[in-house]
Amino acid sequence: MRVIINGELHELDADASLTDAISALRDPREGRGLAAALDGEVVPRGRWSETRLSEGARIELVVAVQGG
Amino acid sequence: MSEPLLIAGRALPSRLILGTGGFESHGVLAEALSASGTGMCTVALRRLDPGARGSILDVLEGAGVQILPNTAGCFTARDAILTAQLAREAFETEWIKLEVIGDERTLLPDAVELVSAAEALVDDGFVVLPYTTDDPILARRLEDVGCAAVMPLGSPIGSGMGIRNPYNISIMVERAGVPVILDAGVGTASDAALAMELGCDAVLCASAISRAHDPVAMARAIRLSVEAGLLARGAGRIPRRLHAEASTAMEGMPVFDTPDA
Repeated sequence: MRVIINGELHELDADASLTDAISALRDPREGRGLAAALDGEVVPRGRWSETRLSEGARIELVVAVQGG
Repeated sequence: MSEPLLIAGRALPSRLILGTGGFESHGVLAEALSASGTGMCTVALRRLDPGARGSILDVLEGAGVQILPNTAGCFTARDAILTAQLAREAFETEWIKLEVIGDERTLLPDAVELVSAAEALVDDGFVVLPYTTDDPILARRLEDVGCAAVMPLGSPIGSGMGIRNPYNISIMVERAGVPVILDAGVGTASDAALAMELGCDAVLCASAISRAHDPVAMARAIRLSVEAGLLARGAGRIPRRLHAEASTAMEGMPVFDTPDA
C-alpha cells in the first residue's frame, strides 16, 4: 500500500496502522512532542495503533521547532 | 514588587514571554532564556525531520518554562484550528498562541479568519491568545468570543519598528477585560519599556532578542526594560507640557544687582 507521509511516498504493508507509518520516520514509542494527522484530522496518540490506513492516505507528522 | 500576571487563572512568573524563533542554536537560546527570566516560551509546529538532532523541547523543559505553541504560518482558520489541535496533542497543553496571517509580505493578521478560528478554539476548550492588529475594536471582538488575552502588534513581525500607534494600544488597554500582551515589533529595550508604560500587561519578544548582535545581553536588557516600564506605569508619569516648568522654586533667589558706580 502506498501512503504519503509528510509529502513523500512510502510503501507499507496492506494492513498497516498509523503506528507503522510513524515507524517509517521515528520510533513511535518516542511519541513525546509528536502529533499526527490523517487525511486532515488529528489522531490522538492513544489511537495510533488501532488506526488502519488506506491506499493513498495522507499523513502529517509534526514536532516542535523554534518559532514565534 | 507587583502582583504576578494572571492569564486564564495561571500566574506567570515573568512579564516577558520569549519567542524562540531566529536563535542560531539551541545553546544560544538556552542562555538567552536564562538571561530573560521568562516563564513562558513559544514554539511552532513543523513536519518531523528524521535527521534533526536535539529537540527544542529538551531546552524548554530543562529550563522549566511553560510551552506556548503557536499557529505560525497558517493563512486560514481551518489550518490554524488543525495546527492548534496538533499542538494540544503534541505538548498536552490547551494553550495556543493563535496566528492567522493575511499575507507573507506584511504578516499582518487576517481579522475575519482570526475571530472565526478564535471562536472555534474557545468552544473546543482552548486557552486562546490571539496575535492581532492594534485595532481596539477587533481586540474587543476577540475578548467577546472568549480569548484569554489579546496580543496586539506594535508594528509588523520582525520589523523592529517599535510601537507605531501608541494611542491605539492605550485605548485597547483602557477597555480590555483580559491581559494585553504586546506581541510584535519590539526592536530594542526602550520599545518594551514603552509597551509596559502604556499599560500592557506583558511583552512577547522574539527577533529583537534572537537576532540581536548579542542575544543574551539583549535578553537581559529587555527583561530589565519590561520591569522598568511596569514600575514607571505604576509610579505615574508627569503630564507632557509644551512649556517648561521649573523644578526649582524662585522664592529666596539672591539678587545680584551691581551697585551704582
